[in-house]
Amino acid sequence: MFKPGLIDQLNSKKTNMTKEPTKKKATGKSTAESNEPVRIDITRKKFRFGDFIAEKVIKGVAFLSITIIVLIFFFVFREAFPIFSHSKEVKPTTTEQATQDVQETYGAVTDKTSKTEEVQETYGDVTDKPIKEETQETYGAVTDSAQVQEQYGVQTNDTSVTTDPSDTYTVSAGSGFDDNQSAIKTLVTKDWIPVSDKPRYGLLALIVGTFKITLISLLFAAPIAILAALYTAVFANKKMKEIIKPTIELLAGFPSVVIGFFALMVLATFLQEIFHYETRLNSFVGGIAMGIAAIPIIFTITEDALTAVPKSFFEASLAIGASKWQTAFFVILPAATPGIFAAILLGIGRVFGETMIALMATGNAAQMDLNPFSSVRTLAATIGAEMAEVVFGDTHYNVLFLIGSLLFIFTFIINAIAEFYVKGKLMKRIQGK
Amino acid sequence: MIKSFKKNIKGIVIEGITLASALLIIAIVIIMLTVIIIGGKDQLSWEFLTSFPTDGMTKGGIFPAIYGTALLVIIMSIAAVPFGTITAIYLTEYAKENSIIAKTIRFAVRTLAVIPSIIYGLFGLGFFIKFVGAHIDGAFYGGELKWGQPNLLWASLTMALLTLPVVIVSVEEALKTVPQELRAASLALGATKWQTIQKVVIPGSLSGIMTGTILAVSRGAGEVAPILFTGAAYYLATLPGLSDQFMVLGYHIYVLTTQSANVDQTLPIQFGTTCVLLMLTFILNMTAVILRYRIRKKKTN
Repeated sequence: MFKPGLIDQLNSKKTNMTKEPTKKKATGKSTAESNEPVRIDITRKKFRFGDFIAEKVIKGVAFLSITIIVLIFFFVFREAFPIFSHSKEVKPTTTEQATQDVQETYGAVTDKTSKTEEVQETYGDVTDKPIKEETQETYGAVTDSAQVQEQYGVQTNDTSVTTDPSDTYTVSAGSGFDDNQSAIKTLVTKDWIPVSDKPRYGLLALIVGTFKITLISLLFAAPIAILAALYTAVFANKKMKEIIKPTIELLAGFPSVVIGFFALMVLATFLQEIFHYETRLNSFVGGIAMGIAAIPIIFTITEDALTAVPKSFFEASLAIGASKWQTAFFVILPAATPGIFAAILLGIGRVFGETMIALMATGNAAQMDLNPFSSVRTLAATIGAEMAEVVFGDTHYNVLFLIGSLLFIFTFIINAIAEFYVKGKLMKRIQGK
Repeated sequence: MIKSFKKNIKGIVIEGITLASALLIIAIVIIMLTVIIIGGKDQLSWEFLTSFPTDGMTKGGIFPAIYGTALLVIIMSIAAVPFGTITAIYLTEYAKENSIIAKTIRFAVRTLAVIPSIIYGLFGLGFFIKFVGAHIDGAFYGGELKWGQPNLLWASLTMALLTLPVVIVSVEEALKTVPQELRAASLALGATKWQTIQKVVIPGSLSGIMTGTILAVSRGAGEVAPILFTGAAYYLATLPGLSDQFMVLGYHIYVLTTQSANVDQTLPIQFGTTCVLLMLTFILNMTAVILRYRIRKKKTN
């Protein structure tokens, strides 16, 4: 076998050594009758120019994928950015108005705080610890916007209005200004009411909904996909492998709109008959449907990780007297855990950004609770449903792009973790450090 | 063998569970296929495929949606396949396996593959329509709205970005099956590197490029999220050109099931359209799976 490096060596040798064989080859076909050395030089030069262009083009195009990612970063964030910048531009020109506005908010303070208190009370009634944890987590996820608010609070200090950053935080809930200032503040509330006189862009319900549905779909898809991969990698004979693998590939090729249609028309009715819940379309149905969409990804990556475990592990385990299933569960599965972790991560990424199934099968109501049988609205579905009707350049438009940025950052990070952390660990484990 | 199985009931049960999950996946695929095909088979007819929707989309065919899907997929392939192939050639032929550039490109390709499709839609809107399109309008049409709005071209290019990683991955896989000996032989005969790629490597991996194209087409035909707001339309009375909005099978299904006033009335059309889309992607994927299977066989031989 030749190694790639060998070719490079050959290449350099070829150019360094006598150039005659090359010449003969170059002219051998085209001008076989006349062997004039001068002509040969010309043809060689000509060829090299073509090569030069081709190689430069290839190298240039190769960077396209990197360029696209940079462009996506730039353009999605660019459209989301006005939420944060707009208010700053407006502020200095209309200082008096701004102060008045803020005073008005003060009038509204009592109402708003009482409102939030009410909400908190109902929380206490309905829920136990898990919900609180959940909401805290999502708060953590939105710290970016919270920070921006604090910055803004500092700015209002400059205009000689004594507003504490922490105060503006609570005041903000639901106060209905037309400018973007209030839009930012509503981001960390749970009301998603973008189209009204007092639009509110609370992302919490959407984020909680997205996580809820991701959890449901993973609880459904991950065990099935991993066990099936284990079967394919360890137990299955060749014939079964030849059935399972193409089937998975076909499932991967199912358009998500078809899976969504199936969930909407068949699965929803079917599951309702079994579980007897009220709303026909809910996060459970959506979660199962998204799980179906995520199975191929989890399966494929897990299966790759399992087959990458060296045969010697398998044989050694059998040689000590372990049975096949013991080997599978206590030797091969643990050895491949980083790969399985990556598979689950990418499955999360798939479900998190899934749009069409979410649009069709989840009910699309922005409610914030942890009941698996209530309707939810995911981040991606919100973009998909509302972007077409929105006014360009509007705050709503910018908020939708902000949601897009959040999705993008999230999947980017997930992929980066799966790529670097897991790969390094897997290599270490399998190759024995 | 049989003795050890009899001894170990636990082993059989556990193996049975793993087998059951594998069978469950197969069952899901079969159920989805049969339900949709049975639901849609009565609707399928030559007339359904070749006529326009009538009576406010409650009757008639889906020809404009098929036409739009075909155009979308063709323009997308023209954009995605050459660029994807060239990137794959760079990765296998030029880049050194562990160089930073190659690693970065590979990471970028994988990231592109996992970015949610709706983000591509946002990008298409923000970049192609609001940036490129608007500037073209400003420069050539005096600010008149022509390209700065959702249309077929921008939707196709958005879809091309989405399918780029699909092409890159399958072509790369195929390029790796071309034996190093062939490359070495070509170089030894005096061919330059570019000649080797042109005359030896690419012909040897044509089936891989085909597979990549087919997979990309199948993906592009089925995705809806990226074109939701970059060009797909609810209903059009005429067939689209490059700068028009267009109808697509997937979007047609979405609109009929969720946006139309009378969902029950259009149920047969919904099943029919879904059936057409599913059969289309199914056949494409089947072809790709078979082609890929052959490539892998060639590799092991």
